[in-house]
Amino acid sequence: MQIIRVDSLVKKFGAITAVDGISFEVEENTIFGFLGPNGAGKTTTISILCTLLAPTAGTAYLNGHNCHSESAEVRRSIGIVFQDSSLDKDLTARENLLFHAYLYDVDKAERKKRVDEALAFAELSDRADNLIKTFSGGMKRRLEVARGLIHRPKVLFLDEPTLGLDPQSRSNLWEFITDLPKKHNVTIFMTTHYMEEAEVCDKIAIIDKGRIIASGTPQELKKIVGGDVIYLKTTDNKKAAGQIRELFGVEASEKDGEIFISVLKGEACIPDIIREIGERVLSVRMQRPTLNDVFLKLTGKEIREEYASAGDDIKEAVRSYRRRHDRG
Amino acid sequence: MIEANAVYVIVAREFKKFVRERSRLVSTIARPLVWLFLVGGGMSRLVPTGRGVSYMQFIFPGILGMTILFSSIFSSISIIWDKEFGFMKEILVAPISRFSVVIGKAMSGMLLSTIQSVIILAFFPLLGLRIGPLEIIGIVFVCAVLAFALSSFGIVLASFYESYESFSVIMNFIVMPMFFLSGAMYPVKVMPPVLQYCTKVNPLTFGIDALKHLIFPLEKGPMSPDFPFVIDLLVIVAASVFFVTIGGKAFERKG
Repeated sequence: MQIIRVDSLVKKFGAITAVDGISFEVEENTIFGFLGPNGAGKTTTISILCTLLAPTAGTAYLNGHNCHSESAEVRRSIGIVFQDSSLDKDLTARENLLFHAYLYDVDKAERKKRVDEALAFAELSDRADNLIKTFSGGMKRRLEVARGLIHRPKVLFLDEPTLGLDPQSRSNLWEFITDLPKKHNVTIFMTTHYMEEAEVCDKIAIIDKGRIIASGTPQELKKIVGGDVIYLKTTDNKKAAGQIRELFGVEASEKDGEIFISVLKGEACIPDIIREIGERVLSVRMQRPTLNDVFLKLTGKEIREEYASAGDDIKEAVRSYRRRHDRG
Repeated sequence: MIEANAVYVIVAREFKKFVRERSRLVSTIARPLVWLFLVGGGMSRLVPTGRGVSYMQFIFPGILGMTILFSSIFSSISIIWDKEFGFMKEILVAPISRFSVVIGKAMSGMLLSTIQSVIILAFFPLLGLRIGPLEIIGIVFVCAVLAFALSSFGIVLASFYESYESFSVIMNFIVMPMFFLSGAMYPVKVMPPVLQYCTKVNPLTFGIDALKHLIFPLEKGPMSPDFPFVIDLLVIVAASVFFVTIGGKAFERKG
């Protein structure tokens, strides 16, 4: 069953088009990843799905309810973990969770039990009565994910869940997140601009400048790039590159003192190459395509680096528009 | 529609934080006492009031009003803090109406302000005032209604400001003038006509005037209340309804 259905969704902030006619569907109890650089329209799309923003055009349905006109039903069906922490730092972990349980009108008899469960699930039972102020970034995120599940939502939104976490907490959080669909019968909708992290998704949509430019499983997307890339260092790169082109009929070019060769099955090609030009080879390495390569191929840009600054400009423009027009 | 559980938990959160933050409690109690005993005590010697109430007794209702004004506005301004630190998002995506949020915040302000004003009220014997039990009930009631009105007014203010830099703007350009133009420190009837107009659009004036009726009902002359008691009550009830409605509307827009 499709738990989320989005059709030709558009959101404009004045002259800026943040989301430019996107359509996609999300299967129930899967992990869906929304991938793209800063300012691509990920948070705007999430805000529309979460009923916090009204779309300019198009429709979005979640759990069979219209995200614009049936906001109360949609809100009951979703849990959200925002980019920035939305915990009250001056309350304890337990108090934050209880606040949530009351806010979502969890049955009186169930409240305490669910809060305890959430604390155990976030592995924070021993810190339950400590103020949030004293928690690390990773602990806060785990608590927020657990809080988002207290009212048993159908969809859990995670907006850049690992932003600002150290690598250790990040991989812990991912283990924690990948278990959710099975354990809690919930669909995960997440955004990220870390390509490596999107590998855990069942399905990915790559978004750039408000449009979806590709979607599919991580494997399907990687096929867009072609195969693996072999990097060779030899005593005479120019000559070796020419030889490889001649002998194997594949692309081989030279860059930064290395020859790089795109082939379909890298591991099978390496022995052949060594056999032919073996004596001149200094080093060999092979790279499987990453989602980063997919993005590079599709847009001609790196997802991070210099491109991020353009995204930040868009973000700032949207923010200042909202300040002027819908205060709050 | 108003969700009782949501209103309850919003109020419970503010109350818990208030009890936990000792420094805030101390400072909100200390300010009115400093005004009452240092300013009031000093001025008492300068302001001859004949046989009626002394100046220190005269400003007592005003000081109660001040306590309510500061703590109500401060409580509502916490909305700006909530926005700044992200907690507001947790509330805004919940399946509750915006009006429940506004009612919850206004009731938090009302509860905390009333508690603080009751603490200040307990000092009345030190000032040589005699207040009967019925009057005390009346005073607490007036304080609660005034606190609701001012907290709702604070919510309206908070909906116009994004960051806590605006806090000092609100304090210096709205709260302080409201206090001085309320008949708290000097009777409205001795003010120049222009300022008298200003006091009449200030709900705090009528709240303080109602307290004057209850604290020294027999007083005649310049220090006596400025308006009829019924008018005072009508104005603060009307202001409560008015500001909580505007606050609800201001919040609704943010959708």
